[in-house]
Amino acid sequence: MDLAQQLSTLAERRHFLRQTGVGLGAIAMNRLCGRQTHGEESALPHFAPKAKRVIFLFMAGAPSQLDLYDYKPGLADKFKQPLPDEVRDGQRLTAMTTGKTHLVQPSMFKFAQQGEGGLWMSELLPQLSTVADDLCFIKSMHTDAINHDPGKTLICTGSEIPGKPSLGAWLSYGLGAMNRDLPDFIVLNSAFWSGDKVNVQALYSRLWGTGFLPSRHQGVLFQAAGDPVLFLSNPGGVSRRGRKAMLDLVGRLNARHAEEIGDPEIQTTIAQQEMAFRMQASVPELTDISGEPEHILELYGDEVHKSGSFARNCLLARRMVERNVRFIQLYHRGWDHHSNLPRKMRAQAGDIDRPAAALVKDLKRRGLLADTLVVCSGEFGRTVYCQGKQTREDYGRDHHPRCFTAWLAGGGIRGGISHGQTDEYSYNVVDQDGRKTTRFEDDAVHVRDLNATILHQLGIDHQRLTFPFQGLDQKLTGVVEAHVVKKILV
Amino acid sequence: MRPAVLVGLAFTICNWADITTASAVEPVNFNRDIRPLLSDRCFQCHGPNKASRQARLRFDTALTGEGLGEDRGGHRVVRPGDVEGSELWRRVTTDDPEEAMPPRESHKPRLNAKERELVRRWILEGAKYDEFWAFVAPRAIVQPQVNAANWSSQRIDQFVLSRLEREGWQPQPRAERRTLLRRVTLDLTGLPPTRQEIAAFLEDGTEEAYEHVVDRLLGEMQYGEHMARYWLDLVRFADTNGIHHDHFREITPYRDWVIRAFNDNLRFDHFIHHQVAGDLYENATLDQQIASGFNRLHLVIDAGTALPAESFARNVIDRVTAFGTAFLGLTLQCAVCHDHKYDPITQRDFYQLYAFFNNIDARPETPGSGVHAPFVRVPTAEQALKLKGLEAAGDAIDAAAATLQKVSADLGGVAGDNLAASEAVTAVKSALTATQSASKKNREQIVALQKQVTTTLVMRERSEVRPTHILVRGAYDRPGERVFRATPAFLPELSKKAGTPTRMDLAHWLTDGKNPLTARVAVNRFWQQLFGVGLVKTSEDFGAQGEWPSHPELLDDLATRFVMSDWNVKQLLREILLSETYRQSAAAGEKAYQTDPDNRLLGRGSRFRLDAETVRDQILFVSGLLNPRMYGQSVKPPQPPNLWKSVSMVSSSTYAFKADEGDKIFRRSLYSFWKRAMPPPQMTIFDAPTRERCIARRERTNTPLQALVLMNEAEYFRAARVFAKRILEYPDEETRLRVAYEQVTSLLPDDGELEVLRNGLAAFRKIYQEDPLAVAVLEKGDALSPAEEQQERGSVDSAQIEFAAYSMLMHSLLNLDITKTRQ
Repeated sequence: MDLAQQLSTLAERRHFLRQTGVGLGAIAMNRLCGRQTHGEESALPHFAPKAKRVIFLFMAGAPSQLDLYDYKPGLADKFKQPLPDEVRDGQRLTAMTTGKTHLVQPSMFKFAQQGEGGLWMSELLPQLSTVADDLCFIKSMHTDAINHDPGKTLICTGSEIPGKPSLGAWLSYGLGAMNRDLPDFIVLNSAFWSGDKVNVQALYSRLWGTGFLPSRHQGVLFQAAGDPVLFLSNPGGVSRRGRKAMLDLVGRLNARHAEEIGDPEIQTTIAQQEMAFRMQASVPELTDISGEPEHILELYGDEVHKSGSFARNCLLARRMVERNVRFIQLYHRGWDHHSNLPRKMRAQAGDIDRPAAALVKDLKRRGLLADTLVVCSGEFGRTVYCQGKQTREDYGRDHHPRCFTAWLAGGGIRGGISHGQTDEYSYNVVDQDGRKTTRFEDDAVHVRDLNATILHQLGIDHQRLTFPFQGLDQKLTGVVEAHVVKKILV
Repeated sequence: MRPAVLVGLAFTICNWADITTASAVEPVNFNRDIRPLLSDRCFQCHGPNKASRQARLRFDTALTGEGLGEDRGGHRVVRPGDVEGSELWRRVTTDDPEEAMPPRESHKPRLNAKERELVRRWILEGAKYDEFWAFVAPRAIVQPQVNAANWSSQRIDQFVLSRLEREGWQPQPRAERRTLLRRVTLDLTGLPPTRQEIAAFLEDGTEEAYEHVVDRLLGEMQYGEHMARYWLDLVRFADTNGIHHDHFREITPYRDWVIRAFNDNLRFDHFIHHQVAGDLYENATLDQQIASGFNRLHLVIDAGTALPAESFARNVIDRVTAFGTAFLGLTLQCAVCHDHKYDPITQRDFYQLYAFFNNIDARPETPGSGVHAPFVRVPTAEQALKLKGLEAAGDAIDAAAATLQKVSADLGGVAGDNLAASEAVTAVKSALTATQSASKKNREQIVALQKQVTTTLVMRERSEVRPTHILVRGAYDRPGERVFRATPAFLPELSKKAGTPTRMDLAHWLTDGKNPLTARVAVNRFWQQLFGVGLVKTSEDFGAQGEWPSHPELLDDLATRFVMSDWNVKQLLREILLSETYRQSAAAGEKAYQTDPDNRLLGRGSRFRLDAETVRDQILFVSGLLNPRMYGQSVKPPQPPNLWKSVSMVSSSTYAFKADEGDKIFRRSLYSFWKRAMPPPQMTIFDAPTRERCIARRERTNTPLQALVLMNEAEYFRAARVFAKRILEYPDEETRLRVAYEQVTSLLPDDGELEVLRNGLAAFRKIYQEDPLAVAVLEKGDALSPAEEQQERGSVDSAQIEFAAYSMLMHSLLNLDITKTRQ
């Protein structure tokens, strides 16, 4: 920005402040929203995007693919039979099931084919089954981590080691903001869930953190109670009018100091204070669902009336998409079913089934699904063998990194299809000929491939979205080669 | 702008494009101009990593062997003086996609016109090759010649001025005295000056006034607190384990030791030794043991989920990584799985260092919350005294018991039917019983007291050295070749001694004067604290991908003299603070900020936003709320509800957050409890790191969420109200406005500013006159009950309105850009 522009911004701001109290100059806006550029890699998006926004439904704790998506009818006859060694094939175990016997546990739930695509889905997901033709299952997902913490860190930041930027932060950094009143990256965390209440795995702010990227790209965690955004409301005794008067006073002094000192950072402060003021209006408007018609609330189910529910968060995600928030991540905890899986799974699936289906339907009706990518995944899968007590109708499952199922919808993804396959035990990803594989060419999809695909739909070549840190051109997909899963794209 | 000399890697940063145009006069400098290009574009395939090396060609070593100068069947990679005869030149300029370098699939950009020009001139000028600067020990530097003799005669200033003169720039005049005092006070103590301190400084018209201030500040206890804060980022100090349960762990005595070390001006080499190997001193003092807790600051999982062998390896890798970042400024962790791609750190080097850190006598996973052996008890002075007393009493009781035993035995011999003797036996027996119960009670008291005594995690070595193997691809369960303790081959050797080298040997190797990195890395971080940016901007990475120093000779000069001063930190800071470079004004005008946004040329006083902790501490300080108590267990100032619960496991010892009460919540921010999974949002929103990894420099952003914190955080607003109450004690509006403005900004308002303040105050008054309920709510600091609401309607008097209006005015001052900024 040259001097003349700065002065005109300053003049414009003064005028604006005088007239309306608060406003944000277009030039300052560009400074604020314009992504950080470096080198010659600044031309983003790299190609025309299919999706403008992403909603990531993260099932923290890792749901069992065997009981929701990955139908294995042959297991019914193998109840309590030992898992063949050649299937396990040296796979490492967790501390919990090391040195124990590994007996096969079929799912107790019924599966049926859904939609024109004939996707197999569990009876636990009746509502989601009605949108099967919008869903794309990747049954050949695999990851490196066997424990929750590294598993979640890997799927959210592309690395098991804490300290890397999260997917949403990369998007904010790479693509900048699409709106001027709300953050680019919002995190909605279920305040409660129906499954396991005791063994609930932790979350970490690093999962939506920025790592080495500037912190303005970090996810903003919305709160279920109190201010949706921390520190949003004025303190007691300060009205909106009072706030305006205060910002007017502060803005005038800041503008004087900007002139005196010459540091453009003061302009940024002025602009950010104005943005904060606008957020004080735009965020409550966003989270106020009183204007939603009854049939929409019904679509999401009764839970939508409870702040902090997964249902409410799905509805909020739709409202955010309408307001052009780039990346929205929902966390639903309570999926770590080492024991009493059937009971807990019923409850957890009950939490998400209707709202997730409603979200897909609602987006579609509004024409938003076409350019909004919805992703649903846990951090890994669960074992075919039982952990703990074992009957046909009561069992538990341990962590399993070698295969799990994720689904995607909208945003240029083909619906009603299933990609990749696992062996008869849902233990290994296998190729067309049933041979165990982890190769992308055989349709195995690593977490980094999923991330590369998400970036691709947003018009980003994952190889070229980089940030220099500690001597490396860091990228979301890491150093091992990642691939876009082209077969699932429209 | 006239063409200026090129400044190292800076040419990858767009802001610098204008002042990095290659000069037609100055010769190309290999390390500054060429090596960064080779490193960035070529090393990945033609660098130190043997496995990924292509065409047996490497550019990171001299021009022989597989290096740049080799004759390769008729053509040469680089033929000094002959551009067209150099294969390198052909490859970086050709349009043939088969031959072009870097190749398409590397996703590295081709050299741009400026970069090509540099390569061309380098070859033309003889293709001189230098060893990588940071791996060669700094030499004593001759003070440069400058033209302007009247600015300063100090060494630092000569280096800075000579660079400025080369650019055709002038330094800024000295900062105005109030601004300077505020700057130096914030830089050394993390708190602003008081009005009394400002007055005293202004009244002191002597030449040495500023020098006296610097000396006073270096002696303040707050100095150690402020210096410690940076160190705690670097070593990722926190109150929780950071993984899985993220349980609490007690290691606050380490934090307190760091504060004391800075205040006592502990020699920096000793500061390092104590941390790396404090446990290995013969008869290690309690402080030395506490300091060795550096090796325990890594993240650690609690038992029951992961595999202990894997956890063990992760801990050691984390420990070695911290060692590399904190002391060497190297990214050692890149060599966990393979040889480093850019620096000559081999995977073998990594595991040879690993061998120093894997011999800990501890379980790799924590048993639960609190302590995780090995640990030591750290009694307070009072507790130590009490303990000593109890132990002395115990000894006395034992002695008495022993005497009584003896008497009893003697009497037993003569007793028989002697009445007196058997009476004596009875008496002695009852006395013995009494001593026994006294002894029991004494022991209980000692145990009870010890339970109250704080503990801290420390390092402890097993007596037998654990064998170390290279972990193939970094996998904990794939041990490869066995290796032994040694330092990286490209750095000086460990001084030879008989037997297996120890961690103590390693600690001394860092500071033996031959190590090219330790002093440079340390000096650079101190510089960064005072100028916002280090002389090497990438203060965490002094390797090939790090940035070329803005003032390489100054860095080396400071580093060598720092070592010669016996690693005297206060002396180093004092010299920097007394330089004219430091004292320059930051009000340099827009052009200066546009041309050199980060102030790399040091042509003005630096201006940057205060860190999260300083932002908060300053608000508490100017409003009079700050509780200056030092040391001790971490405290929990209020934060919005449910944050911990929203991320924690129910069974975690840090599941439910309960804010402390009383004046504990007004302690300085470095005493705030740090839960790694969810640190205090007032801190992280202002760029404080999560303390999950070692951070040598923080980001410094400016966001709407930060604006919201300053506008609405309850304690920050409470501070404005408390402040208003105090300001209202001054007699008239003019005085109040002046005093308040000065207290917050250290400056006096000019007429224009005064008018803005007066108008603002009038506007606030009007608002509150029209909204009496708001006055009542503000005064109470909380929502009103219906009864209160009824009562307050219409009953607000002018004093209350005045208080509300002044609260808003103080609040406004706390939200100014110059308040949250050091300039």
